[in-house]
Amino acid sequence: MSANLSSVLFLITGILFILALRGLSSPETSRMGNFFGITGMILAIVISILSVDIFFSNLIYFIIALSIGGIIGGIIAFKIPMTAMPQLVAGFHSLVGLAAVLVAVSAYYSPDSFGLGIFQNIKTASIIEMGLGVSIGAITFTGSIIAFMKLQGLMSGSPITFPGQHYLNAVLGILIISLIGYLIVNQSTQVFWMLIIASLLIGFLIIIPIGGADMPVVISMLNSYSGWAAAGIGFTLENTALIITGALVGSSGAILSYIMCKGMNRSFLNVILGGFGTDSVSSNTKEKTEQKPVKSGNAEDAAFLMKNASSVIIVPGYGMAVAQAQHALREMVDKLKKNEVKVSYAIHPVAGRMPGHMNVLLAEANVPYDEVFELDDINNNFANTDVAYVIGANDVTNPVAKTDPKSPIYGMPVLDVEKCKSVLFVKRSMSPGYAGVDNELFYRDNTLMLFADAKKMTEDIVKHLD
Amino acid sequence: MEIDPFIFRLSIFILSIFIGYFVVWSVTPSLHTPLMSVTNAISSVIIVGAIIASFSSIDGNSISFSNILGFIAVTLAAINIFGGFLVTQRMLQMYKKKEKKNK
Repeated sequence: MSANLSSVLFLITGILFILALRGLSSPETSRMGNFFGITGMILAIVISILSVDIFFSNLIYFIIALSIGGIIGGIIAFKIPMTAMPQLVAGFHSLVGLAAVLVAVSAYYSPDSFGLGIFQNIKTASIIEMGLGVSIGAITFTGSIIAFMKLQGLMSGSPITFPGQHYLNAVLGILIISLIGYLIVNQSTQVFWMLIIASLLIGFLIIIPIGGADMPVVISMLNSYSGWAAAGIGFTLENTALIITGALVGSSGAILSYIMCKGMNRSFLNVILGGFGTDSVSSNTKEKTEQKPVKSGNAEDAAFLMKNASSVIIVPGYGMAVAQAQHALREMVDKLKKNEVKVSYAIHPVAGRMPGHMNVLLAEANVPYDEVFELDDINNNFANTDVAYVIGANDVTNPVAKTDPKSPIYGMPVLDVEKCKSVLFVKRSMSPGYAGVDNELFYRDNTLMLFADAKKMTEDIVKHLD
Repeated sequence: MEIDPFIFRLSIFILSIFIGYFVVWSVTPSLHTPLMSVTNAISSVIIVGAIIASFSSIDGNSISFSNILGFIAVTLAAINIFGGFLVTQRMLQMYKKKEKKNK
């Protein structure tokens, strides 16, 4: 295939990928979008195969490699529970990172096949691009592995910090930049591998100090990195499809990181520097917990309140997913609807462990997406709603974020649940949420605490609704 | 003076970042998880590089170090491509509209 023709076809691949993302602007068009994405990918693979000189022995290995990967990928895609999506995505990012590293190493050792020059005498521009690609790829690889382990629970989610951490990272960062620069004058294998090792190390080091609940930002950030790595390789291989895709993915991940940071009212730098959530709960908040009276109720009270309400807003949080309560919740909502109660769901941007996670979990439990609302769209409705049912959420409902400038969560956008006539708060105990802040909502007159496991409580309410 | 082809690629790159920026902002927040899985799948277009690596040959038929790296990269990218698109499809199938009240 001529180079010009393949370039044009790669451009079409890029366009199909843009359409794939565009399709996600609404659930109706999204499936079509995914179809465009798949078409683009098949096109890209076919063009590449037609552009290289195929020789038989390697073709067999190639087909074996593609089949093994395809089968593993297919099995994972069908087996994975929706609650495990964050670690799946983190794991997938690590594969993109590693693939980028392998391609770059391969290009380094046989640059003639890639049209980049000869071994250890690669064109200057190409070696810089290759250095950037391999470095970002390596960072994505180890960073994603740590994120995966934290999310999967293979490693403690609490931040790991040590003295001089930031200095070490800064030194490594400078080393990486210098090594990329040094590759221009000296393309020796030592320099190249030192660059890879330093990048692998920094990927590991930048993720370990970040706490488990900051993972939505981390996954989005690594999503972005995997895109920049792909773009770096795209520049090296002078391939339009890779450059376009890398840019799309890179900016997508960056936007998602921004949205997640905004949802927590944290600056990106603050998340990256890590260590949040390590400060133990200050003693005076603990005292307050003991002093203030709290109203608590049981499933029967809750069922009575909701049955007689005309509107209910459900506020689900990650705790709901942990307790696997989404199906019971949906059953409860069905019963309520039969009683002519208007039910909607309110989702906070950081309600799950990754962007949009809660929406997927609700969709899996057959909750129609047009009953699910984002924070900005529903926040004004709490004032004229009878009951808010808070299940597995905590910090995102805390009114302190609006009132107390001294609070660590001050300024974070929260759901105005306290404006409802009554609030039902399902929680196992009075313990504060992730941010370590006592939730003022517990002590309000219109709050009824339901101390139980989210799933069990919801099931009990369902029984009492009959 | 001739323009370096690198500048053209850089132009494509920068313009694509802008396209990405506007397209992604128009993605509905409820589909952010499928967005992540699909971007993950499409970034595996890096398989293009893996294919070149798999078939790069220096001295004819023997399998080189670069080929082996290529095969591994093809496997990894394939996991991502199949896994990413299929899991996205699976998620998107779940998004349903409210049924008409006719139970």
